Amino acid sequence: MESRSVAIVGAAETTELGRVPGLSKIQLHADAALNALEDCGLKPSDIDGVATAGEAPAGIAHYLGITPTWVDGTAVGGCSFMLHVRHAAAAINAGLCEVALVTHGESGRSRVGMDRFGGSPASLAGQYEAPYGLSGPPSMFTLGVLRYMKETGMTHEQLASVSVVQREWAALNPRSTFKDPITVDDVLNSRMIAYPFRLLQCCLVTDGGGALILVSKERARDFPTKPVYLLGTGESVETPMISQMEDMTTSRAFRVAGSTAFAEAGITHDDVDHVMIYDAFAHLPIYGLEDLGFVGRGEAGAFIEARNTAPGGPLPVNTNGGGLSYMHSGMYGMYALQESVRQMRGTAPAQVPDAKISVCHGVGGMFMASGTIIMTNEE
Amino acid sequence: MADDDYKGPVPVPTPETQDFWDGAKRGELRLQRCGEDDCDDVIFPARSFCPGCGSRSVTNFTASGKGKLYSYVINHRPPPGFGPEPHAIAIVELDEGPRMMTNIIDCEQTPEALVLDMPVEVAFTPITDEISLPKFRPAGG
Repeated sequence: MESRSVAIVGAAETTELGRVPGLSKIQLHADAALNALEDCGLKPSDIDGVATAGEAPAGIAHYLGITPTWVDGTAVGGCSFMLHVRHAAAAINAGLCEVALVTHGESGRSRVGMDRFGGSPASLAGQYEAPYGLSGPPSMFTLGVLRYMKETGMTHEQLASVSVVQREWAALNPRSTFKDPITVDDVLNSRMIAYPFRLLQCCLVTDGGGALILVSKERARDFPTKPVYLLGTGESVETPMISQMEDMTTSRAFRVAGSTAFAEAGITHDDVDHVMIYDAFAHLPIYGLEDLGFVGRGEAGAFIEARNTAPGGPLPVNTNGGGLSYMHSGMYGMYALQESVRQMRGTAPAQVPDAKISVCHGVGGMFMASGTIIMTNEE
Repeated sequence: MADDDYKGPVPVPTPETQDFWDGAKRGELRLQRCGEDDCDDVIFPARSFCPGCGSRSVTNFTASGKGKLYSYVINHRPPPGFGPEPHAIAIVELDEGPRMMTNIIDCEQTPEALVLDMPVEVAFTPITDEISLPKFRPAGG
């Protein structure tokens, strides 16, 4: 993709986040889409490209009354929306559509209109992982962390500091689920979920949605909103089985997606003003900072503990409060994108002064997939 | 004799993994090795080719059953069918190279007893007449 050739002109979350039992999953998609359309002054009939995950793109297009010339149903977990943004940019550049809509909605907490979770017992994960007493992501996503701690010397206190710092950001955000301050001791004394992970190191489970609208940079000038340009994009996948990662202390998909996006953007890490790293669990910002190259191997725990990513620090990370404190519906990547857009528009509740470049990095599955979107507000 | 108490998910073999589960039933840990001289990769989970070089020449063999504890969590919210006690979900790195998810048996399920890199050896737990799960215990116990 040519840098700055495509812009995000519409962006919105659902009107309500958190506990929304009155809306089904598909209606959460639609609520977010309608808010994003209103944000940039469009109607559903103006959309000719649809990308989504969690629902089939045909379901979303029909529900909203859209006749698309381009669809993308890439479903690689919570970072699917980063990949949709990347694919939408390619589609717009190739002339496959002009106005692309990316939607997310998930009734993660209330489970209204949701599908059943779980795979086939004949899948490889069904044969080689499911029989060992798993309880979903908290007991799986976290599996490599003791290994990481042994190899790098990261302490339990450093891991706990991730949750503490993100709660500080959440306190600045009126829409955050949790805003009360917490300490490292609070984290380390919270209920054990899957050693070494405790409750306050695991994400929320909430309802919500979000949507984005993308057009070419030429059309972006016609919209009432401040365009947020795509500067660089990247994606990759590794394995749907966490036990089969090449190395459980680093994500190959993170490294590939991140380095691809940075190369396309033509920037260095020093150019970055703001970072979002999908945090389903407290170790993800640790892996993300290292695999994206912001710090060296084994340095991220001490970096976060030293308040470099906290309010007032030199590298603001997860400024909405993140999946640990803001909201997490199940596929959180959309909310990370929304916060990067807000920071680039200058409308974030915890606005980073003069931020010009934002790196938004997502994970899908449990280190299965990754997508990185680098945005800028400078044409 | 199958473990009548087991209430968890039961693996369903595919044509590619049948040899693994047949071996497990006999008490053997079966892996695959690439047949190309310049590759020699050890392959797990089983498939009918080598993901390292793409060769369709692979052979099945019985592994040593020895390895070391690579990483784990201790799940304090066991799913239905796994009893009330916290239990470790572990990753073992086999001496032949591949890693696999498993449980550690004959060992206290505590951080003090579960020491990373400790040597472990395979021990099969029958859960049905056809399926035995490879689990691991501290070696030389």
